[in-house]
Amino acid sequence: MTAIRATNLCKRYGRTLAVADLSFDVEPGRVTGFLGPNGAGKSTTMRMILGLDRPSGGSALVAGRPYAELRHPLRTVGALLDAKAVHGGRSARDHLLAIAQSNGIPASRVAEVLETVGLREVARRRAGGFSLGMSQRLGIAAALLGDPEILIFDEPVNGLDPDGILWIRTLIRRLAAEGRAVFVSSHLMSEMAQTADHLIVIGRGRLIADTSVEEFIGRSSQGYVRVRSPRLAEVAELVQVGDLHPDHLRVTAMSPLEIGALTARAGIPLEELTFVRPSLEAAYMELTKDSLEFTS
Amino acid sequence: MIDILRSEWTKIRSVRSTVWTLAVTALLMVGVAVLLAAAYKGSGDDPAPVREALMMSLAGAQLAALSMATLGVLVISGEYRTGGIRTSLLAVPRRMRLLTAKIVVFLAVSLVVCALASAGAAAAGLAILRPPSAEAGEAVRAVLGVTLYLTACGLFGLGLGTLVRHTAGALVSAIALILVLPTLATQLPGDWGRAVADHFTTNAGRLIVSGQDNGALGPWSGFAVYLAWIAAALVAGAVLMHRRDA
Ligand SMILES: Nc1ncnc2c1ncn2[C@@H]1O[C@H](COP(=O)(O)OP(=O)(O)OP(=O)(O)O)[C@@H](O)[C@H]1O
Ligand SMILES: [Mg+2]
Repeated sequence: MTAIRATNLCKRYGRTLAVADLSFDVEPGRVTGFLGPNGAGKSTTMRMILGLDRPSGGSALVAGRPYAELRHPLRTVGALLDAKAVHGGRSARDHLLAIAQSNGIPASRVAEVLETVGLREVARRRAGGFSLGMSQRLGIAAALLGDPEILIFDEPVNGLDPDGILWIRTLIRRLAAEGRAVFVSSHLMSEMAQTADHLIVIGRGRLIADTSVEEFIGRSSQGYVRVRSPRLAEVAELVQVGDLHPDHLRVTAMSPLEIGALTARAGIPLEELTFVRPSLEAAYMELTKDSLEFTS
Repeated sequence: MIDILRSEWTKIRSVRSTVWTLAVTALLMVGVAVLLAAAYKGSGDDPAPVREALMMSLAGAQLAALSMATLGVLVISGEYRTGGIRTSLLAVPRRMRLLTAKIVVFLAVSLVVCALASAGAAAAGLAILRPPSAEAGEAVRAVLGVTLYLTACGLFGLGLGTLVRHTAGALVSAIALILVLPTLATQLPGDWGRAVADHFTTNAGRLIVSGQDNGALGPWSGFAVYLAWIAAALVAGAVLMHRRDA
């Protein structure tokens, strides 16, 4: 069954349209990356899915039902929205215990998830004193409490050090491999390229792309060959399909091998012959450049 | 629902502000009783009759009302301040259930603690004052009155906290409605002003502490009027909580 289904979701805050007519599905067994520049509406969409914000239009279903209609929702959906949203005076253990009790989850799960996220040692410390990395782990522990089949993480790697990032990436992959649906937002393409199977890209609240990562990479890796030569004009004439720039020639329709063979036969010396593959980041920037909220 | 109650109990017992506000409540009740009783005793007057002795012993209620209101405010505003309300609503998306559980757990905690604190205050005060005739019935009625009054003030705070969501704003409105405005209301001119003052929040609610009439209302009808004020705050808060984005 489709884990999350958004249908024509809209959210208006006064005069800003934060989310506009957004429809997509999140499927189980894979990591779905939710990508968009700052202010694109990722967090707003997640809050609507989780029943925290009321959509101005459209609807969101989780495991086939509106979130508020789930009995013991944490056993179906686990979410990390804002790691710092914890009462600082409460210990990690009590924080998780209160959450577990509300959904009839046995108290023994608290120790288990604390172990999973590596917070066992600090379970009795006040959460207010936690570093961002520890808070993030506590938030993930809360999401995992009910052993849910659907997970929603809003920018889980924000502010983490490389160790923490690797840890979350591994965890997310593992959760999907176990057959769960993982919906994770980020504004970094490079991050998503390493963790996600599927991408939903939005900009200014609108859907820009809904595609598999492979397809996205395939589509965006239409690289070109950069050719430099003291006799560039002759090369351009020779290959015919090139795009002449002041100091180099760009060729998309031929491989370096073909170009090299051609110029060698004509006896034209080359200074450079490189295949340039645009980075995923560049492809993503290209895709979202029209929808940036703030441009510098 | 029992799951949610258990969860709210864990929440309320696991933060320091609960312990502090309850400790302050107990301290105010007993402290004021001892201070007033000792001062009266030291003045060398005749032993106070039981009714006055009880009033002196329970005089801390006016201040303790504010510490209980503070606890009531914090039960909900603490979650809005930290963003913990989102965590709570993810766990319990039926918002009215969450609010109901908070109210029930607060009531239980408050009734127990306030009963103990006011019984302690009455015992301490009476032990010092030693009124000529001690009627147990009178003392029990007074302790019960104070317990209900303090708990109602806490509930008022909870309602205002739900409505305002910010701790500071809710506290200011609680102090205004419990302490400041009732006093100001007594300055209103004419019959109409008098009626407003008599029915104004704690002017009506306090009658259950003294066990006397204020002309317009008796102890129980006064308390009922106070509960109507509290219900108004709670209902308004509940409606907004239901409607607003968390
Ligand atoms: N409560 C709110 N009131 C008013 N405007 C809001 C509110 N929440 C979000 N917005 C606006 O809605 C838009 C989308 O915000 P949102 O936080 O969902 O973006 P985002 O994709 O999560 O961005 P980021 O990558 O910065 O986290 C922004 O223009 C934001 O200013
Ligand atoms: Mg966001």
